Amino acid sequence: MNRVNTAKFALITIAVGALVMAFAHWMHVDYLYFASYTILQFIVLATAWNILGGYCGYVNFGSAAFFAMGAYSSVFIHKFHPLPVPVLIVIGGIVSGMVGFGMGYLTLRLRGSFFAIATLALAVVLQTLVVNWDFVGGSRGAYIIRPEELEFAGITVNYIEYLFALMLLLTVIALVTARTIERSQLGFGFATIRDDELAAEASGVPTLRLKLIATSLSGAFMGMAGAPFPYYIGYLQPSSAFGLEYAVNSIAMPMIGGTTSWVGPLVGAVLLGSAQQYATVTISSAVNLLIVGLMLVAFVIIAPNGLVGLVQERLRAWRRPS
Amino acid sequence: MDISFSLIINAIAAGLLLGGFYAAVTAGVSISFGMLDIVNIAHPAFIILGSYIAYFFNANYGVDPILVSIIALPAFYALGAAVYQVYYQAFERRGQESLRGLAFFFGLLFVTEVSLILVFGVDYRYVEAAYIGPSIHIGVIDVPLRMVVPCVVSLLLFGAIQLFVTRTFIGRAIMAVSQDQMALQLMGVDPIKIKRVAFGISIATAAVAGALLIIIQPVEPSVGREYIGRVFAICVLGGLGSMPGTLIAAMLLGVVESLTSTFYGPSWAPAVAFGLLLLTLAFRPAGLLGR
Repeated sequence: MNRVNTAKFALITIAVGALVMAFAHWMHVDYLYFASYTILQFIVLATAWNILGGYCGYVNFGSAAFFAMGAYSSVFIHKFHPLPVPVLIVIGGIVSGMVGFGMGYLTLRLRGSFFAIATLALAVVLQTLVVNWDFVGGSRGAYIIRPEELEFAGITVNYIEYLFALMLLLTVIALVTARTIERSQLGFGFATIRDDELAAEASGVPTLRLKLIATSLSGAFMGMAGAPFPYYIGYLQPSSAFGLEYAVNSIAMPMIGGTTSWVGPLVGAVLLGSAQQYATVTISSAVNLLIVGLMLVAFVIIAPNGLVGLVQERLRAWRRPS
Repeated sequence: MDISFSLIINAIAAGLLLGGFYAAVTAGVSISFGMLDIVNIAHPAFIILGSYIAYFFNANYGVDPILVSIIALPAFYALGAAVYQVYYQAFERRGQESLRGLAFFFGLLFVTEVSLILVFGVDYRYVEAAYIGPSIHIGVIDVPLRMVVPCVVSLLLFGAIQLFVTRTFIGRAIMAVSQDQMALQLMGVDPIKIKRVAFGISIATAAVAGALLIIIQPVEPSVGREYIGRVFAICVLGGLGSMPGTLIAAMLLGVVESLTSTFYGPSWAPAVAFGLLLLTLAFRPAGLLGR
C-alpha cells in the first residue's frame, strides 16, 4: 500500500465513489440514499475527529457542536437567500474551522484533558446560544423546504441523490486529506505531539502551531459534514443538531476502527454506521446507542489499536512463522 | 427600586443555597480530577444513578431520599473501587490514560445514561419528603426548604471530606499521592491502593449528591450532561484539588447562575458555567486558590 502515491490514491477513491454512486443509482431506492448519506456523514465526522484525536492525541468531545455550527450557518444563510449547497458546505467549513481555531487558541496551551473538558463546555455554550436565538428558529427549530428535484445543465436530478453525491465527494476529500497528512511532514509533527509533546517542543517542533492547524482542519471538516444536514433532514432543531450521538459516534468509530491511520475511521464508521441503521429500523434507537457505548468501552479496554490494529497483529504473526 | 432590591437579595440567597449543593456535586470530581488526575467525566452519570436509586426506594417504599443515599454509600464505594481497578489495569498502568481513558469514561457516561433511559424512560421523576414544599421567610428573603436541606447536607458532607483528607492517615496519603506518587511509594505505602480508596470515596459522594439533586429538581437521565460543565468549571475555578477553593467557586457559580436566571431567564443559565469555565481556562488556569 505504501507504493500508492497521493494522486493515485485520490483517483482510486474517486473511482470507488463513482462505483458506489452508480450502484445506488442502479438500485434506485430512495431509502438507500437516506441510509448511506448518514453513513457517509459519519465517515467524514470520524475522519475529522481522527485528525485531531488520533494523530495528535487530543480528545474532542464537542464534535456535535462543530457539526451543528455547519448546519446552523446553512440555516442562517438560507433565511437571507438560498445559496447552492456546495457553497454552503464551504461556508460551514470556514465557520467551524474558525471556531476550532479559537477553541484551540484558548485551551491548547494547557494540558490535554483541559482541552477535552473545554470542548464539552463549548457544545453546551453554543447550544444555549442557538436555543435563545430566535432568528434561526430558537428551541422550536427551523424548517427548510427541500426541492424535490434539481435542474442541472439540462438534466433533472433527484435532490436526495444530489445531496448523497455531495456527501460522497466530501468523504473522498476527507479521506484523501487524512491520508496525505499521515504521510507528510505535518503528520510526523502531529505524531510527535501525540507521543511526547514535551520532547517534541524541546526538539523544536512548533507544537502550538501544529495543534492549531489540527483543530482548525478537524473543525472545518465537521462543519462541512453538517452544512447540508438541514437540507437532508428538512427540519432542524437544536437537540437534533447538537445530539449526543454525533459526539459519541465520532469518538467511537475511530476508536473501534483504529486511530493510527485513515483506514480506522473508515472501517469503524462503515461498520458501526450500517449496524446502527439496521438496529434503528429493527430494534430501537435507544438500544442501538447502548450498543455503541458498550462497544466503545469494550474496544478501548480490549483492543487499544482497534480493528485495524488487530488485523495488523494477525498479519505480522502470519508473515513471521515461528 | 425596592422590589428589584429584594429580588436581588432573594436571587443571591437562592444562589448561595444552590452553590452549597454544587459543592456536594463537585466534591467527588475534586477528589478524582483534582487529586488523582483522573478525568472522570462520567461522574455526573453516577450522580444521576444515585438520583434514580433514591427515587426508586422513595417511590416504592417511602424511604427518605437522603437516608437511601447514606445506605447506598458502601455500594457506590465498591462501584468506584471496581471502576478504578479496570481503569488502572487497562489504561493507567500502560500510560494510555489521556486518549483511551477519556474515551472509556465517555463510554461509561453514555452507557449509564442510555441504560437509565431503557429502564425508567425519559419522563421526569421526583421524590416526596416532608421538607419538599414548605419554605421559610426571613425578612424579605424567602427560601424554600427543598433548597435549604440539600445545602446543609452538602456542607456536612463537604466538611467531613475536608476533615478526612487533612486529619486521617489515609486522607493525608491521598493528598500525598496527588503531590508525589513516587515519594509515597518510598514511604512504603501502595499508591494504587490509596488511589482505589480515594476513587471509591469520590464515587460514593455521587450517591449523596444524586439524592440531593432529585430533592431540588425533577430528574431525567440526560440532566447529568448539564452538570459535566458545572462540576469541571467549579473544580478548575477553585484550583485543582483545593477543597476550600472548590467551596468558594461553587458558591460563586451558584450566585452568578441564580442572578442570570433571575434577570435573563433560566434558558441562559447552563451557558454561565461553561462560559466561566472557558474564561478560567483561558485566563487563569490555576484557579482561584490554585497552587
